[in-house]
Amino acid sequence: MATLDLTIGEDVAAVPARRKRRLGRLFWAAFGWMIFVFAVALLADVLPLPSPTDMDMLERRAPISAEHWLGTDGLGRDELARLVHGARISLVVGVCAPVIGLTFGGALGMLAGYFRGRFETFVVGSMDVLLAFPPLILALAVTAYLGQSIFNLTCILGVLSIPAFMRVSRAATLTLARREFVIAAQAIGASHARILLRELLPNVMLPLLVFFLLGVAVIIVAEGALSFLGLGVPPPISSWGSMIGEGRESLEVAPQLAFFPAIAMFLTVLSFNLVGDALRALTDPRQGAL
Amino acid sequence: MSNAALLSVEDVAVDLPTARGNLRAVDRVDLALGAGKTLGIVGESGCGKTMLSRAILQLLPKKAKLTGRVMFDGQDLARCSAETLRKLRARSLAVVFQDPMTSLNPVLTVGTQLIETLQEHLELDALSARRRSVELLAAVGIPAPEQRLTQYPHQLSGGMRQRVAIAIALSCEPKLLIADEPTTALDVTIQAQILDLLAREQKRRQMAMILITHDLGVVAGRTDEVAVMYAGRVVERAPTQILFKQMHMPYTEALLAAIPKLDTAPHTPLPAISGRPPDPTRPLKGCSFAPRCRYAASRCEAEKPLLASAETASHQYACFHPIKLAAGVGA
Amino acid sequence: MMQQAATSPLLKVENLVVEYVVGNKIVHAVSDVSLGIARGETLGLVGESGCGKSTLGRAVLQLRAPVSGKVLFDGENLTAMQGEALRKMRRRVQLIFQDPIASLNPRRRIGDIVAEPLVIAGVKDAGERQDRVCKVLNAVGLDPALVMGRLPHEFSGGQCQRICIARALVLNPEFIVCDEPVSALDVSIRAQILNLLEEMKTRFGLTLLFIAHDLAVVKAVSDRVAVMYLGRLCEVGPSEQLFARPAHPYTALLIEAIPVPDPDVRPAEHVAVGEPPSPIAPPSGCRFRTRCPRGDQKCADEVPELRAVRPGQYAACHHPLI
Repeated sequence: MATLDLTIGEDVAAVPARRKRRLGRLFWAAFGWMIFVFAVALLADVLPLPSPTDMDMLERRAPISAEHWLGTDGLGRDELARLVHGARISLVVGVCAPVIGLTFGGALGMLAGYFRGRFETFVVGSMDVLLAFPPLILALAVTAYLGQSIFNLTCILGVLSIPAFMRVSRAATLTLARREFVIAAQAIGASHARILLRELLPNVMLPLLVFFLLGVAVIIVAEGALSFLGLGVPPPISSWGSMIGEGRESLEVAPQLAFFPAIAMFLTVLSFNLVGDALRALTDPRQGAL
Repeated sequence: MSNAALLSVEDVAVDLPTARGNLRAVDRVDLALGAGKTLGIVGESGCGKTMLSRAILQLLPKKAKLTGRVMFDGQDLARCSAETLRKLRARSLAVVFQDPMTSLNPVLTVGTQLIETLQEHLELDALSARRRSVELLAAVGIPAPEQRLTQYPHQLSGGMRQRVAIAIALSCEPKLLIADEPTTALDVTIQAQILDLLAREQKRRQMAMILITHDLGVVAGRTDEVAVMYAGRVVERAPTQILFKQMHMPYTEALLAAIPKLDTAPHTPLPAISGRPPDPTRPLKGCSFAPRCRYAASRCEAEKPLLASAETASHQYACFHPIKLAAGVGA
Repeated sequence: MMQQAATSPLLKVENLVVEYVVGNKIVHAVSDVSLGIARGETLGLVGESGCGKSTLGRAVLQLRAPVSGKVLFDGENLTAMQGEALRKMRRRVQLIFQDPIASLNPRRRIGDIVAEPLVIAGVKDAGERQDRVCKVLNAVGLDPALVMGRLPHEFSGGQCQRICIARALVLNPEFIVCDEPVSALDVSIRAQILNLLEEMKTRFGLTLLFIAHDLAVVKAVSDRVAVMYLGRLCEVGPSEQLFARPAHPYTALLIEAIPVPDPDVRPAEHVAVGEPPSPIAPPSGCRFRTRCPRGDQKCADEVPELRAVRPGQYAACHHPLI
């Protein structure tokens, strides 16, 4: 029985498998900004700000003052209030659209990567068709038929992000489905559903989440672009993109009207990218060590 | 050691800084190898044998720190310039790695890799290089060598690829060949062929060879001298015959006993070594093998034993309680 | 079939053929293999890479669908089973893999991994599951308290293999296929795991199919040994007998090629000729004839059948060594 008295005690002490987290100041700054923007968007109604829709025709394009902290826009509306409510729109669309992509794209990708065969060919083929579709045309078509609204906008962007999530999910599933622990689960008699949910999903979730964060950044910019073109959120709702669009007219007189929303969008997108990158770097070694 | 050794490793240590602290991969190793001889280095994963071979070849990772001297043909490789090293490689020093799929460039044909090496180091023109390549491929036992020149590594089997790697290594007539687990990834019949090939070529060229492996069987039949490594140190060193017949290190004895052999009856319990190999980031104060050793005593945990000579100067071991020694000697 | 024991065998493989498609070519991984394993026996299956032994092991467990042939476990036809019936059958047959770390889900805790078969089998009581998991972890030499809450990457190869063995044992199966269980482990750990397998076999009353490429390892644990080459069985017989006096030239070749850790034994010269052919286009007749010193025209024309050369020992060769 000498072979069986394996002392784990020494092994446990000798294997502090957690690596030192080197997240750096840049990460925390980015994370901090993200939290700040979320908080501000959440509390937009509660904050002591003037209404974003109140037009004060006497104070059009006013500079920074005690009454209007960031000045007013071309129609006399408070710039800061519009920024804050704009954050709300950008974040709602920016987070909900990728959620649609994550759920549907992620599920389709996992199923395609696990079952393979004709189902996979069909899924990949349809995604290719969707990808080939010019996104702007789709947006135009939807807004023309169904009208402009935040809901429609979110859906369009969500559907357009499905192929990318499908790709990521499928790639991760393909490498994992061949690993022995999946075969081991089959050997134990696990059903397909169980294997997908309990074996594959926890492993595929990580790369998907990282991609999700990067996707949020992309969607915020996309929403901004669509709103800039007038295809996004309908007025009087403000979003950063539409604010940039409106500010375009006043570039010579009051350039801050375009720059403030642009800076806000830039910082937010950058933060999501940095956090996403840092998380990927953190989780990759874990996965790579296998 | 009668004449000056071709390769002399003197007090070499390799330190690697890692996230978990300093890792002593190689801990003050001394070795010597004469021309035309074969040295076998045996050990399990993590014992430092691969790092040692990298240290000899000066192919250590950038972060690694090397102390000690690596005297090759009169020069200290650790102090040579990059240009001198480059000239020495392939001409005098060659290496064959474990996995030929990763040691051969997958996007270049076999011919390109062989011919380029010849042109670079022997300064042959294209035509002579090509002719020589075909000769080399035939010499390593590859059938239809001319056709192989245009093939890519992935089109060849594992055994073939390893032969090509050996052909490239031998192309410039090196004085020393280091084979790092050359047959571990191959089937046993192919392993026999490859080891035969290495032995044959070595005899023909009077080449010195270092054979690194974890397989005591490979070492028994094909080496002149064996060094057993554990936790970064050489724990026993002796001519092959003497090592197997009169081993002194408990580790060597335990390793040999734990291997299933063809002449034991089925269902005989194997005398396994308990515990597992040590963590190189946490070196023990005393002997690294003490936690797993049958003969360990309190002294073994307090002090590190140094390499000492046994009856013959060529047999060295590092142990306070060597086995098969007459009572009273070496304790 | 010829290898039947006096009582009907626990596992019977009849004329199994497994092929799979690579690109547009067909790989003949297993070609018409028949064998039987008696209850309580360990059958070693040995061969070099590409011989189909791993594929055979997976096909026996229906993890790879055979093209034709039958696998009978305790009289029931596994090849004909599907869905729920097959899943129920899986509780009685288990599998241990070569790479112990890859066999464990990196994101799940050991306690969950070892309990998984119990959950699938419908053991609802969490307390009972915990109990059985602790028992089986103790049996393989691991302390449950230290092991259950951790993730696989915190353990070494040998410890992971113990966990895999525990997972395979938790449902008290009758039959385990061990697919190269020690090849990926260090030499000093191999003996530990082999001893563990032997002990578990006695304690749990198991029948084993032990697949490996290392003959000495196979001999150490097997009662009978089957040798495969390029998808076909070459020789089957009791371990001692087979290794002492092999009947098939390939078995003899394998034995000669093994490096013996004894400096007095000179390695045999010119052991093997050439490389094994590809399983995509195997040679006609006897597949070993291209490398066999005794091959002739008959070997190219006729596929040799397994024939008794001595009591209990069968070889598929037109010119056996005995």
